[in-house]
Amino acid sequence: MGKAFAVALTIITFVSVAVFVSRHWWFPEVASAHGGAMDHQFAETFVGAAIGFILAQLCLAAFAWKYGERKGDQRPIRIFPGGAKWLVVLALIYVGSEIILLEFVGQKVWAAMYFTPAAADSLQVQVLAGQFAFYFRYPGPDGKFGPSHTSRIDETKGNFFGIDTSEPGSQDDIVTVDLGVPVNKPVELLLNSKDMNHGFYVPQMRIQQDIVPGMEIPLHFTPTKIGRYEISCNQLCGLGHHTMRAFLEVMSQEDYQKWIVEQASLQ
Amino acid sequence: MAHMPTEAQVHQHTAPTGFIRKYIFSVDHKVIGKQYYFLAVFSVFVGMILSWLVRIHLVWPNAHIWGLNALSPAGAPGGVISPEYYLSLLTIHGTLMVFFVLTTAPQAGFGNYALPIQIGAEDMAFPVLNMLSFWVTFLALCALISSLFVGDGPPISGWTAYPPLSAVGRSAGPGQGIGQDLWGISIALFCAGSLLGALNFITTTVDLRCKGMTLMRMPLTCWAWLITAILSLLSFAVLFAACVLLILDRNAGTSFFLPSGLLVNGTLQNHAGGSPLLWQHLFWFFGHPEVYIAIVPGFGVISHVLSVFSRKPILGYKVIVACLLGIGFLSFTVWGHHMFLSGMSPYSGFLFSIPTLIITIPATIISLLWLGTVFGGRLRFTTCMMFALGFVSVFVTGGLGGMFLAQPSLDIFLHGTYFVVGHFHMVMGVAAIFGMFAGTYFWFPKMFGRMLNEGLGKVHFAITFIGVYCIFMPMHFIGLEGMPRRYSSFVNDLMQPLMPVHKFMTIAALITGASQFIFFFNLFWSMYKGPKASENPWESTTLEWTVPSPPPFDNFGGKHPVVYHDPYEYGNVQNGKDYVMQTDPAGQPARSQ
Repeated sequence: MGKAFAVALTIITFVSVAVFVSRHWWFPEVASAHGGAMDHQFAETFVGAAIGFILAQLCLAAFAWKYGERKGDQRPIRIFPGGAKWLVVLALIYVGSEIILLEFVGQKVWAAMYFTPAAADSLQVQVLAGQFAFYFRYPGPDGKFGPSHTSRIDETKGNFFGIDTSEPGSQDDIVTVDLGVPVNKPVELLLNSKDMNHGFYVPQMRIQQDIVPGMEIPLHFTPTKIGRYEISCNQLCGLGHHTMRAFLEVMSQEDYQKWIVEQASLQ
Repeated sequence: MAHMPTEAQVHQHTAPTGFIRKYIFSVDHKVIGKQYYFLAVFSVFVGMILSWLVRIHLVWPNAHIWGLNALSPAGAPGGVISPEYYLSLLTIHGTLMVFFVLTTAPQAGFGNYALPIQIGAEDMAFPVLNMLSFWVTFLALCALISSLFVGDGPPISGWTAYPPLSAVGRSAGPGQGIGQDLWGISIALFCAGSLLGALNFITTTVDLRCKGMTLMRMPLTCWAWLITAILSLLSFAVLFAACVLLILDRNAGTSFFLPSGLLVNGTLQNHAGGSPLLWQHLFWFFGHPEVYIAIVPGFGVISHVLSVFSRKPILGYKVIVACLLGIGFLSFTVWGHHMFLSGMSPYSGFLFSIPTLIITIPATIISLLWLGTVFGGRLRFTTCMMFALGFVSVFVTGGLGGMFLAQPSLDIFLHGTYFVVGHFHMVMGVAAIFGMFAGTYFWFPKMFGRMLNEGLGKVHFAITFIGVYCIFMPMHFIGLEGMPRRYSSFVNDLMQPLMPVHKFMTIAALITGASQFIFFFNLFWSMYKGPKASENPWESTTLEWTVPSPPPFDNFGGKHPVVYHDPYEYGNVQNGKDYVMQTDPAGQPARSQ
C-alpha cells in the first residue's frame, strides 16, 4: 500500500505542477499599468511554493516507498539526523525568506494601488452597484458630481443614481450602463452601493474591490489595452449575483470623446 | 509537574442503568463523544449530498433531480434548482460542514471520547455540563435543518452571512426571512454548546491528570484538544454576540450592521448608523480561530498516529507543543486577511498579512517534523496510517495555496475566485476530514470493541485520496482564470471554456462521494459484525490502550493509573516488544525527542 501511495502521490505532484507551468489555465492577459508587477509577484510566489510542494510531496512519497515494515523486520529505527533542530532552521529559512521577499518587497503593488491616491488628472467616474446591475456616472463638463441620494432613485424615470436634478451641478451629469474610458489615462472609480455588499472585479485589469453601502470607496487604475472587458460582481449579493455584470470599454482617446458625447445626448 | 488528584475529583457516578440514562441522556464522556461523532456523521452525509447538488447544478443546470420538488417546490420546481435555491444549498452545505462536522467530531467527538482516558481520568470534570453541551448542539442542528423545510427555505447569504443581505430581512431575497433567523438561532446555540464544552476540556486537562501524567507526558492529541478548547473559549463568544446583534437588526429595528439610505427592492430602509464591516470583523475574529479549531485536533491525531505506525517517537515533541501554542496565539491576529478587499483600511490589510505569513512558520515546522518522524521508521500501512500520510500531503498542498492568498497584492486578483474555494477545501474539506478518518480508524476498536475492515478501508482511502486531488486541485487552475465563486451558473462567455473543468470536478466529486458509502457501510457493519478487538490492537503506548475495548463506564475500573513514561516510546525492542506502555513501571525509555 505504501508503494502504491508513493506512486500515486508522485504522479499527482508532477501532473499538478505541469498543469500550472504549462499555463493552460492562467491569468488573462494584463491590460493595466500595475498588472505586470502583480503577475511578477505571483510568479515569484509560485516558484517558492512549487519548490516547497515538490520537495515535501516527493519526500513523503520516498519515505512511504522506502520505509515500509517488512515481515519479521527488526531493523532499528533511524532518528532524523540532528533531531528537530535542522528542520526548524529549514522552516525558518524557507518561510522567512518568502516573508521578506513577498511581504516587504512585494507590497509595492498593494501600496501603489491603495496607499497612493489617484493621479490628480484622473478621469473620475462614480459607480453605483445595486441588486443586480451597475450604473456609472460621469461628472460632465463642470467636473463635478451633482448631489444624489438613494431616496431619490427612481428606475421607472431612469434616475438610477438618485440625482437631485434640480441642482445646477447635476444638469450635465452623464449616467451610463457601460464604463467607457480612454486608454492610457488614469481612472479613479468612486464605488457606491445602494443596498447590499457588492464587488467590482475586472480580472484583466487586475482590479477588485468590495462595494459597501454607506461608504464611497475609491479605486484607481490605468488601462493600457483597448478592448471590452467584463466587470463581475464578486461579493454575494442575492439571487441574481451571477447575472450582475457590466462592461468596461477601453477606447482610443478619439473614440472615447465620441462615446461620451453620444452618452451625454442620451440623458 | 506531577499532580496528585484527590479522591473525589469527579463526581462518583455509579454505572448508569436503563436505556435513556445509558444511551440518550448520558453523562459518560464516551457516550457523549459517540453522540457528537454520529451527529457529525449525519451532518457530513447531508452536507455531502448538498455538495453533489451544487456540483450537479453547475454543469447540468436543467437536470430534474429526484426528490427536490417535494423538498422545495418553490426553490426547485420540477426538481430543477433555481439560482436562489443553489445559494441556499451552498449556504447550508458550508454551515453544516464547518460547524456541525469540523467543529464537532475532531474536538467534541474524539476529544470527549479519548481525552479523559488518555490522561488517566474517570470522566470529564463536569459530566452533566458535558451532556448539556451535546444536547444544545443537537438543538442547534435541529434549528439549522428545519430551515430546509420552513418558510421559503434556507438563507442565501452563504455560511458567512454578510449583512446587509443577511440583516434586512425578506426583502433581500428568498430564504432571507425565517430561514436566516433560524440560521442565527442555530449558530448562537452552537456557540453556547461549544463554550460549555471548552470549559470542560480545559478544566479536565488542567485538573484531572493522573499521577505521573505531567503536561509534557500528555499525548499530543491532548495538547491539541487543550489549545483548541482555549481558542473556542475566546472566539465563540464573539460569534455568539454577532449572531445576537444580527437577530436584533432583523427583528428589533436595531442598526448594528445597517447604514442609512439602503434602498432594497424599491423600499427605503429605516435603519441608520451601522456598518456592514462590523459584522465582518466580528465574524472573522471568530472565523479565523475557527478554522484552526477545525484543524488543530487533526494536527494532534496525525502527530500521534504517525508515531504509532512508524514505530518511532514523534520528532520534536516539545517543538510541536510550542508550534501549536504559537499557531493558537497567532490565529487571533490574522482575521483581516479575509477582509483585504472589504473596504477596511488598506493599511490594516498590510498589517494583517504579516502575521498571516508568519503563521506559516509553525505550520511548516510541524509538517517537516512529521516528515522527520516518518523518516527511518518501520511504517505499518494500516488504513489509519494511510489517512495520516494523506493528511500530510493535502495539508501541505492546501497550506501552500494560503501563501498566495496571504498577500493582499495577489488577493486583489484571487479573492472571491475558485482559488480560494480550492484552498479552503484542501485544508478543511480534505485535511481536517482526513484527520477525522484517521481518528475513526484508530479509535474505532476501542470505541466499539470491534475492528473495522482493513480491506474496505484501503479501498476507501485510495479512491478518496485520488478523488480529492481531482476535485480540488483544478479549482486552483480555474481560479487563476478569474472564475468567481458563489455563481449558480456562468452566463458570461468568459467562463464558458472552463465548463469542461467543472464537469471533471463534478464527476470526481460524485465518484469520491460514492466511495464514502464504503466507509459508512464499513462503519455501521463493523460496529455489530466486525471481528472482536483486543485491548491494544495497534501496539500503542497511551493509556486508552491499557483498558478493555470498549472500556468500562468509569474507564479504569475504579483504579487510578500511574504514568512512568513519555507517550511515544517506540522503536527499541525490549522483551520482544518495540514499545513501552506509559503505565509500564519496568520499561526502559526509547531515545526521547
